[in-house]
Amino acid sequence: MGMTMTQKILAAHAGLEEVVAGQLIQANLDMVLGNDITTPVAVREFAKIGVTEVFDKQKVAIVPDHFTPNKDIKAAEQCKLIREFAHDKEIENYFEVGEMGIEHALLPEKGLVVPGDVVIGADSHTCTYGALGAFSTGIGSTDMAAGMATGKAWFKVPAAIKFVLTGKPSKWVSGKDVILHIIGKIGVDGALYKSMEFVGDGLANLSMDDRLSMANMAIEAGAKNGIFLVDEKTLEFVKEHATKEYTIYEPDADAEYEMEYTIDLSTIRPTVSFPHLPDNTRTIDEVGEIQLDQVVIGSCTNGRIEDMRVAAQILKGKKVAKGLRVIVFPATQKIYLQALREGLIEQMVEAGVVFSTPTCGPCLGGHMGILAKGERAIATTNRNFVGRMGHPESEVYLASPAVAAASALTGRISNPEEVAE
Amino acid sequence: MQAKGKVFKYGDNVDTDVIIPARYLNTSDPAELAKYCMEDIDASFVKTVRPGDIIVADKNFGSGSSREHAPIAIKAAGISVVIARTFARIFYRNAINIGLPILECPEAVAGIEAGDTVEVDFSTGVIHNVTKSTTYQAQPFPAFMQELISAGGLINYISRNK
Ligand code: SF4
Repeated sequence: MGMTMTQKILAAHAGLEEVVAGQLIQANLDMVLGNDITTPVAVREFAKIGVTEVFDKQKVAIVPDHFTPNKDIKAAEQCKLIREFAHDKEIENYFEVGEMGIEHALLPEKGLVVPGDVVIGADSHTCTYGALGAFSTGIGSTDMAAGMATGKAWFKVPAAIKFVLTGKPSKWVSGKDVILHIIGKIGVDGALYKSMEFVGDGLANLSMDDRLSMANMAIEAGAKNGIFLVDEKTLEFVKEHATKEYTIYEPDADAEYEMEYTIDLSTIRPTVSFPHLPDNTRTIDEVGEIQLDQVVIGSCTNGRIEDMRVAAQILKGKKVAKGLRVIVFPATQKIYLQALREGLIEQMVEAGVVFSTPTCGPCLGGHMGILAKGERAIATTNRNFVGRMGHPESEVYLASPAVAAASALTGRISNPEEVAE
Repeated sequence: MQAKGKVFKYGDNVDTDVIIPARYLNTSDPAELAKYCMEDIDASFVKTVRPGDIIVADKNFGSGSSREHAPIAIKAAGISVVIARTFARIFYRNAINIGLPILECPEAVAGIEAGDTVEVDFSTGVIHNVTKSTTYQAQPFPAFMQELISAGGLINYISRNK
């Protein structure tokens, strides 16, 4: 029987000819990732295993990104603990604040994940690297500890849902709108335990930044992973960034999928997720009048250079609405620098935006933009759960950078078509 | 192994952000985390939970982030088992790895109400609602998970087999 893309990667990493959905396997890992929230727990568990070294100093990445630059004493202590661990274990891919970025933007940028890899990360959005044709999935701290010690992890081979993308998205529609549309269609548990495999000739019309933002949110449909076919755009990206060998896997022609959806990208409208679940979507034409207190543009979903460009393009030469707080946080130092060189930061700051250092900060209600009781924000992040960005009675609406930037100008959720020339 | 306690009942998609909000993640101390468990969805939870109590929830329990702090907080709050229609996959994995028993059983979820007293036998998967005198059979753990559990969780399993 044929295998899906994910199944082929897992079979190869388990040293098996074939795997089937539901089978339990042990796979070799190409990268094990953790952040400043999950790594401290993993460090404690690692110590209990009784090994002194990590399995491979190049195949562990530790990125303090959530509460950094350290937001308080407790956060500073957690970062100190993982910094010392990284130093002690000689972990090569530990990134201090000046070279860091949000982990899921940083790893592809540093070329640490390539097509065909198996990656686990103690962060649910580790599924982001599926955009590169890798199998990557979020796990917990104990799995991270075990992965660092043994270089292996247990997996139940997932079944898959196939998404055939066709057509070309219209001007203000991005990968973010496509994935919000899909989550709205299948629900927050629509792909529970499964792979979401993205294929079809519409892929050619999605940039790498679009795909990273889509794979990033596979977890928001409950998926184990999201994965994209490798094409010319992927290879171009890999050639520019990668530091290691890669392997291209393609699904077999007779691979079995539990379900198949065809999505015509040209029909997708800018899409917004209403509180308090990502699947509570409406198109921009259906949102009505939603007044805002805050706009947040950034995160591992939409803090990449294209996102910065779209936001600046809409904000340039204009002013953000009076009384509105607009926070833009690029995902990595490299993106920050690129935005600086292209003049995007200047354009945004002139418009009245506050431009932050790379951090997870506001995305998880950590710091740098917490919401008060009753306040409402539109954000380009990936979760709008109760209390996600602050007070349990605050509200988060999810959207693309274009919609967020348009809303920044009007103070209510707005269609980019309405404000852009 | 058995558990017996009063039931706290929740709906669909109880996510890790309400189980333990990110604002408390600047620590990983279980006792500290337990103080804020379920705060954003049920402020009375920590005030009324007793050791051995049981959480019963509908589908996709534990969705959201990979924070192991979520099952840790639940376990440290005294909860002996979580019964749900389905679990989000990372939560499922984390719970097993840290030794928080979890069971999938749609019938039990439908039949059990908040405040009921429930007994669970982990070796058989039998769930008995003492208040209503009803009995349900939960899905048993897959074989490999039973192995992990009998070893006392993933870390023990690995150190034993290293
Ligand atoms: S930006 Fe948000 S979703 Fe992404 S890793 Fe950071 S906290 Fe998680």
